Amino acid sequence: MKIQKFNWQTWTGFLLSVAALLSYPFVFVRWPITRDFPWANLLLFGVALVLLSVGVKRGFAPGRRSISKIASSIVTVLGVLVLGFFVFTFFIAAKWLPASHGAPQVGQKAPDFTLSDAGGKSVSLSELLSSPLKGSTPEGVLLIFYRGYW
Amino acid sequence: MRSIQKSLDKFEEVGIRPVAISVDPPEVSRDLCQKAGYTFTFLSDPKLDAIGRYDLVHKGQGENGGDIARPAEFLIDSSGAVRWRMLTENYWVRARPEQILEAAKALQ
Repeated sequence: MKIQKFNWQTWTGFLLSVAALLSYPFVFVRWPITRDFPWANLLLFGVALVLLSVGVKRGFAPGRRSISKIASSIVTVLGVLVLGFFVFTFFIAAKWLPASHGAPQVGQKAPDFTLSDAGGKSVSLSELLSSPLKGSTPEGVLLIFYRGYW
Repeated sequence: MRSIQKSLDKFEEVGIRPVAISVDPPEVSRDLCQKAGYTFTFLSDPKLDAIGRYDLVHKGQGENGGDIARPAEFLIDSSGAVRWRMLTENYWVRARPEQILEAAKALQ
């Protein structure tokens, strides 16, 4: 039996598609330019798909063992599934947000509230609007609501 | 949050005080601030007091199916009126500091 060369295109393509998925939450989410639209990740997926298709072609080349065909096909399907998961998460699931029709509109009065800060001290919106910022009265407050880390 | 912290000097220069609000208890926010180096105010709203009043409750999305806030930003002037807001339609897309600073210019 002749020794077959390792089908590196298939495996590199697969690893690259996993990297394309994980690099979004761990790396590219840091900069607005790569966060608001995941073009860097889609680019990586593009390269991964090219490698995977070259790998499949190689796996099905005349003279290759059937294991080569099976392995390259399965790994390619997995790589494409990773891409599918990314597209679903970013473009579909990320849009499942409440409509928030009752959120205060521009021009309306912002509802006041009193909450504890990270030190456990009670703070109200009106205090945040009036207490000095760098020695002078603030022009305004930017409220940033976020999901939290629990 | 990271980008807000990075632009904190610019916000303070124009008199804007950033305030982050979530359901996280104060201890969690304290840990987060220490780890990530955030120096602006973090408020804790476990009972959805403010989150509810601003209609930002995202039901069942938290730990053990608890309710949390959906991402949103509001710029409020010293009279207490909303001057700018962003209710993102995609969880990953948030207000950029440049956008907020642009809106903040109108407050002066």
